[in-house]
Amino acid sequence: MWSLLQIELYKISRRPRTYIAFAAIMAIVLIFQFAFKADGQSYMNLMLQNVQDNFEIDRSKAINGYFMCYIILNTLLVQVPILVALIAGDAISGEANMGTLRLLLTKPVSRTKIILVKFIASFIFTIVLLIWMAIFALLVSMFVFGIDDMLIFRVKGDESQIMQITKDDVLWRYIAAFAYAAVALTVIAAMAILMSVFAENSIGPIVATVCIVIFFTIVSNLNVPIIDKNVKPYLFTSYLVGWKGFFYINANADGQPIKGSIENWPAIRNSLCILIGHIIIMLGIAVAAFNKKDILS
Amino acid sequence: MKSTFTKIACLFLLVGNSITTTAQDINVLVQNVKKKIEKVNDYEAEGTMKTNVAFLKIPIAKIKLYFKRPNLLKLKSEQGVSFMPKGAMSLNLNHLFANQQYVIIDGGNEKINNQLVRVAKLLPNDDNSEMVLSTIYIDPANEVIVKSKTTTKENGTYELNMYYGKYIGFGLPDKILFSFNAKDYKLPKGITFDFDDGSSQKAKTPIAKNKKGQAEIYIKRYLINKGLSEKNFQ
Repeated sequence: MWSLLQIELYKISRRPRTYIAFAAIMAIVLIFQFAFKADGQSYMNLMLQNVQDNFEIDRSKAINGYFMCYIILNTLLVQVPILVALIAGDAISGEANMGTLRLLLTKPVSRTKIILVKFIASFIFTIVLLIWMAIFALLVSMFVFGIDDMLIFRVKGDESQIMQITKDDVLWRYIAAFAYAAVALTVIAAMAILMSVFAENSIGPIVATVCIVIFFTIVSNLNVPIIDKNVKPYLFTSYLVGWKGFFYINANADGQPIKGSIENWPAIRNSLCILIGHIIIMLGIAVAAFNKKDILS
Repeated sequence: MKSTFTKIACLFLLVGNSITTTAQDINVLVQNVKKKIEKVNDYEAEGTMKTNVAFLKIPIAKIKLYFKRPNLLKLKSEQGVSFMPKGAMSLNLNHLFANQQYVIIDGGNEKINNQLVRVAKLLPNDDNSEMVLSTIYIDPANEVIVKSKTTTKENGTYELNMYYGKYIGFGLPDKILFSFNAKDYKLPKGITFDFDDGSSQKAKTPIAKNKKGQAEIYIKRYLINKGLSEKNFQ
């Protein structure tokens, strides 16, 4: 199993497209950092709106490394699934396309093991991608913008809120958020592998996965009450942003944030369970389908 | 008939005299309060501020309050990102008396927390004054302002409730409740890509939207008349 995994990781590392993901993340993060360094006040003005009529806010302190990372993740975690699909969608179909799949299956290794190894390799790729993102979005932002208390802007039902998390209460939330994001992106990897089982070339599963993610994400964010109630809970994309739950800090009766608290841990836990359930189901279907598949290529 | 007329005339005289006496009293009282406040040329105060606004979840801030006569006042947070109420200028009671040109109207007596207070309304003579009207509630025994309501042209109404302790001799409060009009805060839906954890559906019952914001300021210590650099006000 270990040697198989090494081979898979070697294959991923030899593909030029693997590095597209890392380059894309680096470019997007650096552009964001540049934009906020140059004119972050405009964004802050938009978010603070008429709060500035009542309060004097030190906006330069508010735009700090922690805040920047949150903004970058907010944007990137919509695009990163595409980058994960780029690798995972190629796992089986890439072999089929190159004609190496039949050769691979002549080896004394079960098909289940092959699927699992490809899944683990995609998972490792996802983790490395997230670490890369953490280095640029969090560590570089902390270095460039410094650290201070973090402001979270949130729309909760019909209300809008501004939450402030003290700087000594932020880092563990990012660690938890990145761990959650790893699970969320693994769902995409599992889905791309499932698509990959049914395809003979890489483009199909990659495009199909991306289309599903984009379509479901749009539906998840439509904010139409009937969809919110009847459709949204059944879309896995609704749970991809669950990492934000770690930043929704609980407050006491006076409205003061409680250090180290999370407003709704059961909701995050349920979301995690739903995502893990999706991984298991999709991987299960992929294994079953691959075991029954007549390999002709 | 003549005697009835004389009685009515006497009654008017008495009432008139009593009104004049009260008006003089309130003028004297306001002047005494002003004198007490003017004993302080500058101060540096340390304390904490708790902000109560419906849409804000922010921690209690450690603050420093700087004042220098005649009208310099700065409220600063010692750490972190701070939300300092803009009407904090009204924490400076000197600003009420900064412009000598105002009319004092006697508002009579009232009770605040079972304490009898005198009410004075200050009306600025200057049409261009930012302050439209200020009502001050004076503790006549200690000659300190326990409450003030100031209506401004641009920034609504500010209300101060002040509680005194060991700095009462300087007319400086230990605790200040500062109320102000807080505008509603509403972000467009979808702009923040929020995680819907279901809590918004549970809280569908209408929430009373409190448009009043309040800052509770607790002062631990004052450093009075030690000389302050103007750098503190930048």
